Amino acid sequence: MYQEVDMAKLNPESVVILQKDDLAKLLNILRSHSYQTIGPTLRENAIVYDEIQGMEDLPIGWTDSQEKGSYRLEKRNDDAYFGYNVGPYSWKTYLSPARVRVCNASRSENGFNVVQETGNAPNYAFIGVRPCDVKAIKILDKVFINDFCVDNVYGNRRKQSFIVAVNCTEAGNTCFCSSMGTGPKSEEGFDLCLTEIVTEQSHFFVTEIGSDKALEVLEALSPQTASESEIKEAERRIENAAQSMGRNLNTDRIHDLMFDNYRHPQWDDIAERCLSCANCTMVCPTCFCNTVEEKTDLEGDNAERWRIWDSCFTLEYSYIHGGSVRHSTKSRYRQWMTHKLASWHDQFDTSGCVGCGRCITWCPVGIDITEEVSAIRNSSTVPEETVDQPR
Amino acid sequence: MKGSMQPRRFRIDKVYWETDDTFTHELIPIDEGRFFNFHPGQFNMIYIFGVGEIPISICGDPDINTRLYHTTRVVGDVTKRKQHLKVGDLLGIRGPFGNGWPVEKAKGRDVVVIAGGIGLAPLRPIIYHFLNHRDDYESITLIYGTRSPDKILYRKELEEWSSRLDMDVSVTVDAAGRTWKGPVGVVTKLIPRIISNPDNSTAFVCGPEIMMRFTAVELLKRNFAEQNIFLSMERNHKCGIGFCGHCQLGSYFLCKDGPVFSYDKLKSYLSLKEV
Ligand SMILES: Cc1cc2nc3c(=O)[nH]c(=O)nc-3n(C[C@H](O)[C@H](O)[C@H](O)COP(=O)(O)OP(=O)(O)OC[C@H]3O[C@@H](n4cnc5c(N)ncnc54)[C@H](O)[C@@H]3O)c2cc1C
Ligand code: SF4
Ligand code: SF4
Ligand code: FES
Repeated sequence: MYQEVDMAKLNPESVVILQKDDLAKLLNILRSHSYQTIGPTLRENAIVYDEIQGMEDLPIGWTDSQEKGSYRLEKRNDDAYFGYNVGPYSWKTYLSPARVRVCNASRSENGFNVVQETGNAPNYAFIGVRPCDVKAIKILDKVFINDFCVDNVYGNRRKQSFIVAVNCTEAGNTCFCSSMGTGPKSEEGFDLCLTEIVTEQSHFFVTEIGSDKALEVLEALSPQTASESEIKEAERRIENAAQSMGRNLNTDRIHDLMFDNYRHPQWDDIAERCLSCANCTMVCPTCFCNTVEEKTDLEGDNAERWRIWDSCFTLEYSYIHGGSVRHSTKSRYRQWMTHKLASWHDQFDTSGCVGCGRCITWCPVGIDITEEVSAIRNSSTVPEETVDQPR
Repeated sequence: MKGSMQPRRFRIDKVYWETDDTFTHELIPIDEGRFFNFHPGQFNMIYIFGVGEIPISICGDPDINTRLYHTTRVVGDVTKRKQHLKVGDLLGIRGPFGNGWPVEKAKGRDVVVIAGGIGLAPLRPIIYHFLNHRDDYESITLIYGTRSPDKILYRKELEEWSSRLDMDVSVTVDAAGRTWKGPVGVVTKLIPRIISNPDNSTAFVCGPEIMMRFTAVELLKRNFAEQNIFLSMERNHKCGIGFCGHCQLGSYFLCKDGPVFSYDKLKSYLSLKEV
């Protein structure tokens, strides 16, 4: 049934089969190509991304059960490698770290010298990137690498990264990637994309090859091409995820819906519940805002500037002399959701939300972006003073 | 350089105190490159060693690229430390950032420059520009409003401009003692006096947001077209290069799409609170 793939002829669109043991080998190959391999691990009662040395570091046989404001780990009745959805961390942790030094200066006579940064960045291979998160990385690419400017921090890390995506065969309760057109199957933006198939008798991965880099890496494994039935089985399982999506968000005219409803009373309703804790922005795989902190040593001879994650939910975020522009929780939540679902389209020609559901799961009071959009949609009236569309 | 958060160093060559709380630095580049080119209305991120970085408009003559000028009003942490820097001290500059005033849109037209308070600083380069290219424009009018006579910036330039026959300058103050001979009241009060030809006029406005809102309303009442009124907006800035998110106003990033917009692009936001 299987035939050896002639690596010379394999085109990047090819689909091959990697057996369970091949994955361990793949990891070793990546590590020997000097990639730091990052993947899902069990920590702090959650599945979080961290360095993995081997496949035994994955949360094998575990799954997660998510609901608004709740996340629980559970045992599966199989030994799936990737039998869960997304946890509280996302890949932005590695591509635009929560804390990174962006400038380093030392005191000199009358002033200071700037120590030139080397621009060295780690080589990451991301193992187990979900389709929604693959799309989130594509979105961050637009934010940090564009015609206007290229961010050194993100740009250097990103150009070296290797992405092993994993399609979803089961959806979580807070997932709505189908609505956002980002999953449960990844279409592009990966080097390799796996669909895991575990049965009583077998455990293998239907693997799409998305780049020349990936071809090179696979060479040593000489994988076999996938049969039609294997590809069908992978598709059936992905379809299963699409059918079991826990949530749904109607994106019809979403841009205008947000901009037309700046004055909607639902924002007040949300403000009654929202703690302005910023959790939603921290867990969101596309929220990119940051601030810069000045750190000096005790003598004041050295000063470093550190870029750290920030959130539009803080008062300082919009502070200008005289007070914060967005003083109320209402205006801050509105800023966040309007940005994710509407202004993002104007700014980056894409939604800022990929439907990963993290903000729903990790909101301490269980605010659900999909419910809030429906609430606004279901009672959207043309406001008295019609708000004109920007642009 | 772009995409980096590492500043270029400049040396303070002169310090001019404009008022009790506002000073101007004249700067000379000391790192690579002897020139600094900019468009009127652009700004720099200015770094004070060990303290922090803030956005400040460039306020010099855009046809002079060997010296850089910034006027700063002391309001908080960074500006307080900045005021104590002396001639010879170094500070860091990243920039220029922002779109600046669209001077080409005003060619062959009457130009009206309306400034409130420190808002005169980002407008000074455009006045220099109009005067350097005097023949490209019809009448030039400057209306400048400030709190009181002792808060007037750039006295020397204002006196020089006032004495010109090809430019109309009015300075008004919110409140003044007997020695003040000029008009008293907010800038909007002077607008009816000066505008004769709205169809062929372009306005450039900078000041506190509320002042700009009222000024725009007054200009619209005088039949100015929305797309001929330009405002320079203010939000928190941490990077100047589109990555920190702080400068957003609706769909705009002020550091890359702004800070200057025509009124039609802003009016939906200006009518709302806390955007
Ligand atoms: C495009 C632009 C051009 C500007 N041009 C000038 C100018 O030419 N002259 C001038 O005196 N001022 C100008 N400002 C305002 C100036 O940036 C603030 O007064 C300054 O940042 C205050 O910093 P602070 O640390 O002294 O104040 P604090 O109140 O201690 O500030 C705390 C933090 O908030 C931020 N912040 C506070 N006020 C503002 C503000 N108004 N705008 C943006 N960030 C703020 C600062 O980055 C600072 O890190 C401009 C602002 C913008 C956005
Ligand atoms: S807004 Fe919520 S659901 Fe959308 S990408 Fe961010 S965390 Fe995921
Ligand atoms: S929506 Fe929830 S997670 Fe986000 S700031 Fe409000 S309380 Fe925190
Ligand atoms: S100042 Fe950072 S995005 Fe504009």
